[in-house]
Amino acid sequence: MMTDARGKPDGITPSQTVGPFFAYALTPGGRYAFEVLAGDDLTVPGVAGEAVQVSGRVLDGEGKPVADAFLEIWQADGAGRYPDGSGPGNTGFRGFGRAETRDEGRFAFRTVKPGPVAGPDGSAQAPHICIGLFARGVLRRLYTRIYFPEDAQAHGKDPVLALVPADRRGTLIARTAGPGAYTFDIVLNGADETVFFEA
Amino acid sequence: MALIYPVRSLAAHPPYLAPDYVSTRLRSPSRPLVIVPHTLSELSGPAFGHDAVRENHMDLTVQHAGEPLGERIIVTGRVTDEDGRPIPDTLIEIWQANAAGRYVHVSDQHPAPLDPNFTGAGRCVTGPDGSYRFVTIKPGAYPWRNHHNAWRPAHIHLSLFGPSFLTRLVTQMYFPGDPLLAIDPIYQSIPDERARQRLISSFDIDTTMPEWALGYRFDIVLRGRNETPWEDPHDD
Ligand SMILES: [Fe+3]
Repeated sequence: MMTDARGKPDGITPSQTVGPFFAYALTPGGRYAFEVLAGDDLTVPGVAGEAVQVSGRVLDGEGKPVADAFLEIWQADGAGRYPDGSGPGNTGFRGFGRAETRDEGRFAFRTVKPGPVAGPDGSAQAPHICIGLFARGVLRRLYTRIYFPEDAQAHGKDPVLALVPADRRGTLIARTAGPGAYTFDIVLNGADETVFFEA
Repeated sequence: MALIYPVRSLAAHPPYLAPDYVSTRLRSPSRPLVIVPHTLSELSGPAFGHDAVRENHMDLTVQHAGEPLGERIIVTGRVTDEDGRPIPDTLIEIWQANAAGRYVHVSDQHPAPLDPNFTGAGRCVTGPDGSYRFVTIKPGAYPWRNHHNAWRPAHIHLSLFGPSFLTRLVTQMYFPGDPLLAIDPIYQSIPDERARQRLISSFDIDTTMPEWALGYRFDIVLRGRNETPWEDPHDD
């Protein structure tokens, strides 16, 4: 490693695309023999929160489905608690899941609706799920968030949504698709492009 | 706005749009990214311990009944943050083509042979000093359809978590002296020459095992905590 005189690295390791052929290692469930590290069902017995399904599609700048992506989600449980890093956390909820997109760019997660979590300076954030998206043609993880349509009041005070131009906030809010079901499409490029974050 | 992790260091990454890598053209955001504070959501992250890893996950040459074909190699290094502090107990996942340049993925159409004794998927967790080690086969170069006569340099894909959502990294490790690096749009998407060089492993005779396998070192630097401990306020 290149380091300076005090042993400090030259800089961070740059990102590269995940490419099209990650599934047998990262999302092997159902198709390949390698053990699944984290799948698309985050629910565990006894976890706080309402069980929900979040599904959607990933689309490119021409509206074509992106069928070789995967999503990672990171979220608090229904009481707004993140796993604390020392283990799976209370009731075994890991707060983390992975799902690949398949035919027509579709993905789906089973999880619980997160509770509100702390924001900067004592504020509260509206319930949200963090998403990292990886795909062929994506040189660096894309970061976005899912918010929930019934929390409109909390959205008005959310410190992250406040930074998003008002006319684009809608791209971060899931749609209700029945009892306990939400849809959330991710558009990577173009007029209806989803808001992505830098953090 | 609280930005706990240094943001300047993100300049090492490639831009989302790198037109020579054709797939980025319709898959990259065209609007500016929205810069957000580092809240609990970004500063926490999933933890995977040794329970996520089996003994043969770090040795990709022993996952099947027989020995895979190709050049056996050892890949080892340390995972640190930007200040050089080791990152222990963090999960590394790798995947790669076999010695002939073919992936086991069902969509790989390259007419090179599959190896019944090689899958190409591995995992390990870093030790207390941030070190990791894999035994595998040197992957072959392979063609892709980005442009006429396009070939990817030999590479191993790596995925790392680090301590938070913001330290997550997916990257590729390359091999020294590969003539394809100079004409690879994915490698060349990284604007800074020194940052590009950080993706090239180094041959290491001390890692090399006599009569057995060549050794390569690849150190990985994840986003750090803070640069301030290194800065002497009286320097200037
Ligand atoms: Fe590859």
